[in-house]
Amino acid sequence: MSTDAAHKSASQGGNGGDEHFEPRILVFCCNWCSYAGADLAGVSRLQMPPYFRVIRTMCSARVDPEFIMRAFQKGADGVLVAGCHPADCHYIGGNYRTRRRMALMKVLLQQFGFDPDRLRLEWVSAGEGEKFQKTIIEFTNTIKELGVSPMKGGE
Amino acid sequence: MAEKIKIAQYWGAGCGGCDVALLDIDAKILDVHAIAEVVFWPIGFDGKLHDIENMPDKSITVSFYNGAIRNSENEHVAKVLRQKSVIMISFGSCACYGGTPGLANVTNKQEVFQTVYKDTQSTDNAAGVMPLTHSKVKEGELELPEFYDTVKTLDEVVDVDYFMPGCPPTVNLIAMAVDAVAQHVTKGTPLPPKGAVIASDKTLCDECKRERVEKGRKIERIYQAYEITPDPKKCLLDQGIICIGPATRAGCGAMCPNAQMPCRGCMGPTKGVMEQGASMLSALSSLLGMTDSEAGLSEESIMNIMLQVKDPLGTFYAFTLPKSLLKRTVTEKKKKKTVT
Repeated sequence: MSTDAAHKSASQGGNGGDEHFEPRILVFCCNWCSYAGADLAGVSRLQMPPYFRVIRTMCSARVDPEFIMRAFQKGADGVLVAGCHPADCHYIGGNYRTRRRMALMKVLLQQFGFDPDRLRLEWVSAGEGEKFQKTIIEFTNTIKELGVSPMKGGE
Repeated sequence: MAEKIKIAQYWGAGCGGCDVALLDIDAKILDVHAIAEVVFWPIGFDGKLHDIENMPDKSITVSFYNGAIRNSENEHVAKVLRQKSVIMISFGSCACYGGTPGLANVTNKQEVFQTVYKDTQSTDNAAGVMPLTHSKVKEGELELPEFYDTVKTLDEVVDVDYFMPGCPPTVNLIAMAVDAVAQHVTKGTPLPPKGAVIASDKTLCDECKRERVEKGRKIERIYQAYEITPDPKKCLLDQGIICIGPATRAGCGAMCPNAQMPCRGCMGPTKGVMEQGASMLSALSSLLGMTDSEAGLSEESIMNIMLQVKDPLGTFYAFTLPKSLLKRTVTEKKKKKTVT
């Protein structure tokens, strides 16, 4: 995707989104697959909307649900957790724990009043720079559509 | 001893169980009586707040505050007692973590009033009378405390010296606290460091006598407590009953699990943990429905496994919602999607 196209699709932000809304998105990447995937996206100069910050953890299962709660408490508009594909985890079964936690986290966040789409889990391997780019663009669009986090802009 | 120390006990948004718990220490209450004079205890005798307000600052040695901060009166008394006391103890789960009243943080004042004063079957309120902080009657003006939207913990409104969780704190923990204060007053023994939690630093599982699977632990499916008769020796969580023990602070002696009831987490999070709910979510998710063919499971089937947990917020935050990171529910501006 070219620079212009990537920025355009992200900045349009779907229907009804605030034109000037610059979301704050936190991305957790596991050390072995997704961080390398993000790195590949970077060195390949794939263009992405610049509204995300990456935190590297050793495994996606290291992302304690408390981290996600803290991100939302601090005003993050969206949280993306990226890990190795099933059957590909460096620690054999970390990602199986992760996806269970993320599924239940979505239910919990919904009970807290958040749109569950503010949390996303994606598998990104070390070779999938383009998937990382695509995920970031899609997720940024989702968050732009949802608007500012209810923790700061809501009630 | 020449002069008795002064102690106070107050209830905020609580059930009164904590007040009674203080009497459960049996003969030890005589030790309290030997060194202390109770100056304020609304559930025990008729005391007036303005008498406390007129006392010199720091003239009460220990104040035990139980119950959460639900309205302006709770907050006012907490501030008065803080000012007049040397030691302020957050007594019981409600004061420490919000407790059961804290679950009202999934709603707000308007909805609570609507339910209580209008919608319940037993309510007959055709005129739609709602409580007001000030109302004029022919005898004069009446005043009621202001009801808050959000339930707070005691340490959110005043500086707290010690925390005593439990619903209510157990007899041995109360005895421990009473002893510490008595030793301090009579012999000058130093008190624990400020901010200490008067309980254990370990998790409840450490105190529980039930046998748990040590290796290859997994939970087949979730059972509600009424659905099965649990094996009296085996870990409840291993049997599919949600027990909050792994995410809960020890100190109570694991009384509930030892009596066939799963832990609901009244002792709050373990040391160093901010979120008891997130901690339990993490523990349970790692065990639930694990199979040998994980890679082949679809995201949808994973969601179905996890949806066996019917009410994660109510289950994992049964006592700690106001103390959780998010503290209360929020409202999205736009219509939101639902998971199920």
